Amino acid sequence: MAAPQSKERAPVDARPLPEGGAWITAARQAAQARLAGVGLPQRRDEYWKFTRPDDLIAPEAPRAVLFGGDVPEVFGTVDRVRIVFVDGVFDAGASDDLALEGVRIERLAEAAAQDIHWARDLYGALEARGQAPVARPLAALNTAQARDGVLIHVTGRASKPVHLVYVHASETSDAILHHCIRLDEGAELTLFETGPAAARFNKVLEVDLAERARFDHLRIQGPDHERRAITHVFARLARETVFKSFTLAVNGVLTRNECVIEIAGDDASAHVAGAAIGGANFHHDDTVFITHDAERGESRQVFKKVLSNGATGVFQGKILVKPGAQKTDGYQISQALLLDEDSQFLAKPELEIYADDVACSHGSTSGAIDEDALYYLRARGIPRPIAADLMVMSFLAEAVAEIEDEQLREEIMGHFEAWLERRRG
Amino acid sequence: MSAVDEVQVREGVDRETVEAVQQVGSAYKHGWETEIEMEFAPMGLNEDIVRLISARNEEPEWMTEWRLGAYRRWLEMREPDWAMVDYPKIDFQKQYYYARPKSMENKPKSLDEVDPKLLETYEKLGIPLREQMILAGVEGAGEAPAEARKVAVDAVFDSVSVGTTFQAELKKAGVIFCSISEAIREHPELVRKYLGSVVPVSDNFYATLNSAVFSDGSFVYVPPGVRCPMELSTYFRINAENTGQFERTLIIADKGAYVSYLEGCTAPQRDTSQLHAAVVELVALEDAEIKYSTVQNWYPGDEEGRGGIYNFVTKRADCRGDRSKVMWTQVETGSAVTWKYPSCILRGDGAQGEFYSIAITNNYQQADTGTKMVHLGRNTRSRIVSKGISAGHAQNTYRGLVSMHPRAKNSRNYTQCDSLLIGDKCGAHTVPYIEVKNNSSRVEHEATTSKVDDDQLFYCRARGMDEEEAVALVVNGFCREVLQALPMEFAMEAQQLVAISLEGSVG
Repeated sequence: MAAPQSKERAPVDARPLPEGGAWITAARQAAQARLAGVGLPQRRDEYWKFTRPDDLIAPEAPRAVLFGGDVPEVFGTVDRVRIVFVDGVFDAGASDDLALEGVRIERLAEAAAQDIHWARDLYGALEARGQAPVARPLAALNTAQARDGVLIHVTGRASKPVHLVYVHASETSDAILHHCIRLDEGAELTLFETGPAAARFNKVLEVDLAERARFDHLRIQGPDHERRAITHVFARLARETVFKSFTLAVNGVLTRNECVIEIAGDDASAHVAGAAIGGANFHHDDTVFITHDAERGESRQVFKKVLSNGATGVFQGKILVKPGAQKTDGYQISQALLLDEDSQFLAKPELEIYADDVACSHGSTSGAIDEDALYYLRARGIPRPIAADLMVMSFLAEAVAEIEDEQLREEIMGHFEAWLERRRG
Repeated sequence: MSAVDEVQVREGVDRETVEAVQQVGSAYKHGWETEIEMEFAPMGLNEDIVRLISARNEEPEWMTEWRLGAYRRWLEMREPDWAMVDYPKIDFQKQYYYARPKSMENKPKSLDEVDPKLLETYEKLGIPLREQMILAGVEGAGEAPAEARKVAVDAVFDSVSVGTTFQAELKKAGVIFCSISEAIREHPELVRKYLGSVVPVSDNFYATLNSAVFSDGSFVYVPPGVRCPMELSTYFRINAENTGQFERTLIIADKGAYVSYLEGCTAPQRDTSQLHAAVVELVALEDAEIKYSTVQNWYPGDEEGRGGIYNFVTKRADCRGDRSKVMWTQVETGSAVTWKYPSCILRGDGAQGEFYSIAITNNYQQADTGTKMVHLGRNTRSRIVSKGISAGHAQNTYRGLVSMHPRAKNSRNYTQCDSLLIGDKCGAHTVPYIEVKNNSSRVEHEATTSKVDDDQLFYCRARGMDEEEAVALVVNGFCREVLQALPMEFAMEAQQLVAISLEGSVG
């Protein structure tokens, strides 16, 4: 069939916008108009070909039971500023003091009450830029409806990481958070995000990097089995900036992480990596869109998924090289390890290139654990389940290697081991 | 294949390529027109036109109804807009859907009765319609191969087939090779069984249009266990102005049969664009093998992007039987706009599909092409090698699907798509879809985009080649894997085309 151009859209949730000061009201109204213009995502949309948006657009969040097992403390050994949100609501008692040298941290809820704020130029601005050429309606919905989040202005080198801790407490929670981070020239920040957040979580993170700034992002999604999440990262990179993001996802019935990066300045570098592991009912979607609009830009996308028991892994990655973005180096790899017959991997790794002096490549593979390698390990006395786990660990290691800090890298590998041990029982 | 083996990026100049570039004065050499009295159906499209086409072909009632059903479905369909191509809206009422040379009014009984003007046309195209040892499409092939090979040709001129060679000899082997209009009359049982069974009537906008108005095309049936004694080929020529060509090809290889089929096409040089919407259906039963090769050289439009053919084609193979095999090879150098995805449905266990493609776009050409490999049977294999070359202001997209269904256990796919950009005003894009629904199958996909390697160019130029020659040589090396998959008859022509299509793209 010829693809019908569907113009009838799902009706947009007509919730009133939250109250606020002049600057944020303007931003929310503009986002509401963007959302009304494109409508909510539908199954028929090409961009949602592999992931059903139904649960993400339902009026009520589907119920999600809390994770039953012990959850080890994450990044416990790192000195950091913890900011805690319980079901999307700021928890002052559980959070650290927000004072940090070289960094100004504010809550969106407080800034929103003012009429003028520095975040005016950023809040919803990168999200709006990210709406073309592909609409991202759930991000516009977030900008319109978010009541809280953090606004971080980094003026120097942050002395310690900022850690956003997301606690899931209610089985029906429906959380929306919107964070903005501005890094001034030469500024540096490491951001952690961990925890299941809510039964349904819609999060937007906008990061604007001025010249020579550096941003490291490390995120752990999970371990709740029934949670649903739609997240967007929008980043704009000026000259000589470094952007690195790594996401580990464990469990969850539906996770879609969109990452939209615009390389606007020369000699900038963007690395996005992810490792996802899940079993039954696990549906995990990484959707990445990197635009090269400057010379000598470098981008890497490295995504690995380990799927079992009917799990689905999705990867939609795109490198767009605009005219004039010469000497671009773009790399993209997506791989899936299917541990049993029922799991599936759906991928659309895309290149769109309008400059001739570039080197872009992508690769994608999927299949079962290599039986020859398993045999090799077993011939050396390693029992099959352990041998299989070793293979899984080595498969994931390439994505984890994208994390620069050795201590953090080891911590992430530790989480994998814990998951595999739980799985072995 | 010795001619092809010489094309390598290595020390010493590759004479063939260089000569091909030098020989050709004007870029498109088939742009001339045959002056011949034509008979047209009234302009535009409606049920009467559909009936008229059916009547001209002396079709039975069921065929007329089949066409009308397609036409009514088509009225409800919308033109697809997802491909990365941009062209002015087509007015389907401003076309002729049927055009035949007046001299074809009474169908010639043999090639001797065919209008000499038509025979001349094909002669000039390098496709002599004579039953002799010929090398279709090869001009000055140099030394003849050790064993001269026969190629049977079905020549289609605008809406009608003007003649088919070697029919009698093929008949002796049990092979049916004729125009589709003849097949509908003479072999209705086969046509009814297979027509539309691979590309259903309502498959897509252009296929549905084709189902309603196709006027001619080729039909091949190779009976069980028969290895077709010669290469078969169809040469499509668009000649009349404002006329769409809608041909239909149906090839059936019965159990254990083998056939190699070649397809070529050209059109005159005009400032207005013309529509070509073909449907090709291949059916391979148990242990059968079909090799289908295309050199697509429709008029591509001029340097400013004026004119050229809109080539909207649906080609699909159904590897219905166990261990059946289909190999698509295409060299796409012509057409202003190409929209084409030769595909394989790997239904039988152990079936194999292969797709080798070179798509070259220059000036303002646009190509959105690729393949679909749908693995349904167990132990099925597919291989995709696609080379896209973009120069001038052209846009070249690879779009493909590899789908491993849950039942397709232990299947394999390997895909490689490489793009080469020549100049900074063109684009090269890759849009692969990969769907893996079982874990015993292995899917590998690789893609690269780069420019012509400076070191290689320098190396060639240091040996006295000018820049254009050097680029042609490097590009031929880039395309080698696909050129090698072509039958010898086409390999030479394709190689020349690669060089010609890129003319004027340097500097």
